[in-house]
Amino acid sequence: MTTTTSDPQVGEGRAATPRAGARRRGGGGGLGSYILVRALLIIPTVFILVTTVFVVMRATGDPITAALGGRLTPDQLAERIHQAGYDRPIIVQYLEYIGGILRGDFGTTLSDNRPVTEVLATYGAATLELACYALLVAFVVGIPLGMLAGYFRDRTPDAVLRILAILAYATPVFFAGLILKLIFSVGLGWLPVSGRASTRAEIQIQMLDDPSGFYLVDAFRTGDPDVIVDVLQHAVLPAVALGLLTAGVFLRLVRTNVIGTLSTDYVVAARSRGVRESRLVRTHAWRPALIPIITVIGLQIAMLLAGAVLTETTFEWKGLGFQLAEYLQARDFVAVQGIVVLMAVIVAVTNFVVDIIAALIDPRVRY
Amino acid sequence: MVAETTVATGTSVLPPAALPSRGSRWKRLPVVHQLRQSVGLQRGMLVAGLVITGIFVLTAALAPWLAPYGYSQLRDADGAFGAQQPPSAEHLLGTTVGGYDVLSRVIWGAQTALLVIVVAILASIVLGVLLGLLSGYFGGWLDRLLVVLADAIYAFPSLLLAILMAIVISGGQSSMWGGILAAAFSITVVFVPQYFRVTRAEVVRIKGEAFVDSARVLGTSHGRIMFRHVLRNATRTLPLIVTLNASEAILTLAGLGFLGFGIEPTKAAEWGYDLNKAVSDVTSGIWWTALFPGLAIVLVVLGITLVGESLNDLADPRLRSRRAAAEVSGEVAETSVVPGGTLTAGPGGLDAIEGAGSRSDVLAAAPARPDPDAIAPDDATAAGPAAPARGTPDDASTDETEDRR
Repeated sequence: MTTTTSDPQVGEGRAATPRAGARRRGGGGGLGSYILVRALLIIPTVFILVTTVFVVMRATGDPITAALGGRLTPDQLAERIHQAGYDRPIIVQYLEYIGGILRGDFGTTLSDNRPVTEVLATYGAATLELACYALLVAFVVGIPLGMLAGYFRDRTPDAVLRILAILAYATPVFFAGLILKLIFSVGLGWLPVSGRASTRAEIQIQMLDDPSGFYLVDAFRTGDPDVIVDVLQHAVLPAVALGLLTAGVFLRLVRTNVIGTLSTDYVVAARSRGVRESRLVRTHAWRPALIPIITVIGLQIAMLLAGAVLTETTFEWKGLGFQLAEYLQARDFVAVQGIVVLMAVIVAVTNFVVDIIAALIDPRVRY
Repeated sequence: MVAETTVATGTSVLPPAALPSRGSRWKRLPVVHQLRQSVGLQRGMLVAGLVITGIFVLTAALAPWLAPYGYSQLRDADGAFGAQQPPSAEHLLGTTVGGYDVLSRVIWGAQTALLVIVVAILASIVLGVLLGLLSGYFGGWLDRLLVVLADAIYAFPSLLLAILMAIVISGGQSSMWGGILAAAFSITVVFVPQYFRVTRAEVVRIKGEAFVDSARVLGTSHGRIMFRHVLRNATRTLPLIVTLNASEAILTLAGLGFLGFGIEPTKAAEWGYDLNKAVSDVTSGIWWTALFPGLAIVLVVLGITLVGESLNDLADPRLRSRRAAAEVSGEVAETSVVPGGTLTAGPGGLDAIEGAGSRSDVLAAAPARPDPDAIAPDDATAAGPAAPARGTPDDASTDETEDRR
């Protein structure tokens, strides 16, 4: 016991000097200036993305013809195009669009005449909720299994888990979703087939004064245990379908890094002092292996959003992705543009936050 | 796919063209070489991957002879097939909601998938490598602009990008080749930044080598230096990215098809489209329309990924299992080969060894996601603090490929 307790102190004492040195070497503002530079870099990134989306979407022609092309006479069409201002020079429209975005105005959808911002606010919460569940599944499944695979490197558990991780990657989320549905909803009848809640629960949630859009939160506010169970039941399959993909990524990452840390000197030292193997993995090798997970989450958010589009379509989960697919079918490119830009901004901001966290954890990140 | 990976896979430092033509040429062929080199589990994975990929390519090539019916065939001599028929002797895997034979569409779908992969990867290699070469060789404002652009596109959810491109390219037309080209070019846009970054990183590195300087001193033209001296040495990491991208291409194609941006069923068979149509079937307990196209996707992606993973591991001396030294290599387990290293903690920091150190020992491991700092240490726009962890070879394939959906 004495050895284990003294261990961290020794470690700290040793680490303190170089850490202080690194901070001094960082010079100037250090972390502060780093955060500032990173924050400023978001602006050009988002700007480029918005411009790309605008150019790409308008390369096909004006949105009105795309959406209503076959249904109106050429005269009516021209009238609508003129009203919406799509016959003006493209550069004017571009500047106006950028100006609108800066003022928080993303335009109005063509198919159902709603402000895009309202669409984003209504369905964004649903997507966020799904993404949170999926991340939870990914953590719970991916990290312990990754530790296991790393510990049993090149032995049977490792081989099995690696194959499973590759399978998780090879299975498209929508196919995973369909199979889960077949087994657990249609076959066994344990879980609901689609949607975010049953009609009764949904009505109860809508009745709340100020629904947050997060069904689980709202369900707790109704205070009705049936509603809570209902919402949770609906969330299981989509969360698992989307989460398994990310779990595979986490598994492989943790495995690689646990293999790395297990062979470091301090683990060898701990082992030679007689620290139990299970404790070795759980405390010594595990924590440093988690840092890469944090840095990868930024990338995973982009993947989760793309995956959410497919998962939501599979499960009729009425979020941004589901709505995006609907608008795509309706060729409502104003709405598509808005949703895509929002997702791009989310990705850029998440990457920023993740970079900052990574820099806070590990000073070496800041060059 | 095998033909493609053969270009210059893995560990051979020399491009294949430059290999001496001794009797052992066969043994030095890229995939064959790795096959001989591998042992145990790694060999099993590589062989399994090669077999699945081989079956996939054969199925695609022989689809007209293998498939019992055409992909858009609705009736034969005995009359219409009927919709949603369960598997039977006439229709081994049943029929779809549209009345097509599932087995035939699964087989024909292999052809579509293969064509899309080949077109998408060829197009992105040509574009990406060319841009990377120009950008890395000449530098300057063009270089900075392209790097920022590539980074911005790279951060974008790839499926959304592919959707945008599909809207622009196909805009309603969906003939077989129209659809295939639309899907392929949509995927190309997603891939180009990867080839661009990898090639550029290599070019920047090679540009500083002595042999390039001497060529310049001799008065060699820029074009000749670029293509003959630099490009030939900069392609070693590409085959790995090709295998990773091939599986990604299938997933993106299926995703596009699933969202309704695929190819019309009368023009070609496409697995994603069939799965889209199967969503409502599943609710009523009809399993055969969803299961088989989906399994086809999973199998093909699995096969190609296994090949890519194995090549990736074999290319890295520290990840490669050896016959006698398997135990030893188990101890040498710091697995990053990307300059910049992983964040693996430890006194002394493996970063010091890896990042500052000799890149010459980083033989053919592929930084599928190159550390931006390694590409341009002086480039403020490419500040990539999140990069270190992205570079471990094991996850290089993962985060490279998986964020593409």
